[in-house]
Amino acid sequence: MAPATIVRALEAGLLVTFALLPLALADFWVIFVTRVLILALLALSFDLVWGFAGIMSFGQALFFGSAGYGVALLARDAEVRSIFVVLPAAVVIGLVLSSLVAAFLLLGRNPPSLTFVALGTLTGSYAADRLARGWYYLGGQNGIPSIPPMTAGPTEIGEGRSFYYLALVFLVAVYAACRFLVRSQLGLALAGIRINEARMAFFGYRVQWLKAIVFSVAGAIAGAAGGLYAFHEGFVWPNMLGVILSTQIVLYTLFGGAGTLIGAVVGVFAIEVVSFVLADAYPTVWPVILGVLLLVVILFRPSGLIGLVLDQRARAGAFRVAVRRPRHVPGKAADGAA
Amino acid sequence: MFGQLAALGDVDFVVEEGQLHGLIGPNGSGKSTLLKCIAGAELPSAGRITFLGQDITEVTPAERARVGLSLKFQVTSVFPELSVYDNVLLALQAQDPLARLTFSRTRAARDERVRAILDDLRLGERAGVPASVLSHGQQQWLEIAMALAARPRLLLLDEPTGGMSLEERRATGEFLVTLRRSCAIVLVEHDLDFIREICDVLTVLDQGHVLESGTVEDIQRSRKVQEVYLTRV
Repeated sequence: MAPATIVRALEAGLLVTFALLPLALADFWVIFVTRVLILALLALSFDLVWGFAGIMSFGQALFFGSAGYGVALLARDAEVRSIFVVLPAAVVIGLVLSSLVAAFLLLGRNPPSLTFVALGTLTGSYAADRLARGWYYLGGQNGIPSIPPMTAGPTEIGEGRSFYYLALVFLVAVYAACRFLVRSQLGLALAGIRINEARMAFFGYRVQWLKAIVFSVAGAIAGAAGGLYAFHEGFVWPNMLGVILSTQIVLYTLFGGAGTLIGAVVGVFAIEVVSFVLADAYPTVWPVILGVLLLVVILFRPSGLIGLVLDQRARAGAFRVAVRRPRHVPGKAADGAA
Repeated sequence: MFGQLAALGDVDFVVEEGQLHGLIGPNGSGKSTLLKCIAGAELPSAGRITFLGQDITEVTPAERARVGLSLKFQVTSVFPELSVYDNVLLALQAQDPLARLTFSRTRAARDERVRAILDDLRLGERAGVPASVLSHGQQQWLEIAMALAARPRLLLLDEPTGGMSLEERRATGEFLVTLRRSCAIVLVEHDLDFIREICDVLTVLDQGHVLESGTVEDIQRSRKVQEVYLTRV
């Protein structure tokens, strides 16, 4: 089966499964899968920056958590809970913050190294976590509890099926937008940047600007996820900003398969479900088992779970596969003249 | 400057429009460094580089490419995982604005130009294969195709025939001569016969300095050049 067909089948299968799941699941599981959908949104933001633009970000939680805190403060202090205000606000917080980080880390005089950006984003995430823990206004270690539900007109959107479908609509819309982006000619440019950034500059690409734009878009997606998460859980706390969640998102995506979009969704779903099952069966040692499992997959299948069905070439060329038969040029083949 | 070592010094080098200008010299004479300085891969510690009347000494490689400079590297640097077609398309669309890159979902507008370049360089039949499977000579052609894609005003070619068979060299030479109509070319090559056949003007570098510059006949007659080539090459 052609790689594109496999990806389409996976996408359609997951979409149908997620659409029908709430009809078959108990409330507890609906809440559990909603969380998975929101984290998948965050993983998509990481896949966009690492899997497509080659920017190693260990700070996606910074944008996720900041947007979460932002909407929590809106709800607590300004009593603004309308979905039409808080979710756009979450997107804007993620976008502005990631643009500032991108300007600082990516738009310097000289192109930054992978390590510089990785450490810069990691430091940002760590600093935000420490700031939130020490700032009384943000609730310190305990965060901001008891966020009231989002509203859409007179209706409250509490956890359960309505929130599930809201998260699913967001995930599908963002996935479709990312899919459009990475399969456009911009996606081809991003593939070039990922493979040989220095060479791209000699074609005339403003490489660092393109990377900064993708980084900012990914920050906006992480912000949307953070806003949804805050209202779904009903509270925000410093871990939402910190390095543990940032690293977790990296693992989710690598486990599922970076640079494929669908891999990020599969990775989150697989790790969350396996974690839950293991925690239930082996309450003490489950983190060790999970850790070994992650190591095995990342060491022996660096392309992640999706690598079981797609090879490297299919992933690299996933945005567009060439082409029609070339036109015939009289005399070229015969006389060998270039 | 590389530490205390000056790779180039007092180089006065002018390329006229439509000229095929060969750059020769012994190993380590500074030919590739000069090309890199022109393309922006190296920044000179002193001196000035002007292009079409503009001072581009401090300009980034991307901005130089945007005003019409294009470099084919000595070591092939194609994108191995991408198809041959996509390698050329990547170079061709480099100056498109972001909105066009994002929303132009069709290749139709670019298709004819990409295919024409590939056909010119005998790669039309290989358009759909990954660049990694091309032979070394074909990868050199692909590099030239990529350098040409953006319709440069000045094409800088660093050893374009390295690793090619005699027949491939001949075909490359014929092709480069046809390019003179559309752009000036600076060519670094070790194959003196190849250079002699196609270039209008030659500049000889030695130890980072211009030893001689003139027509092919002038250079052939030059005692200084003969001395350098007879004693050190």
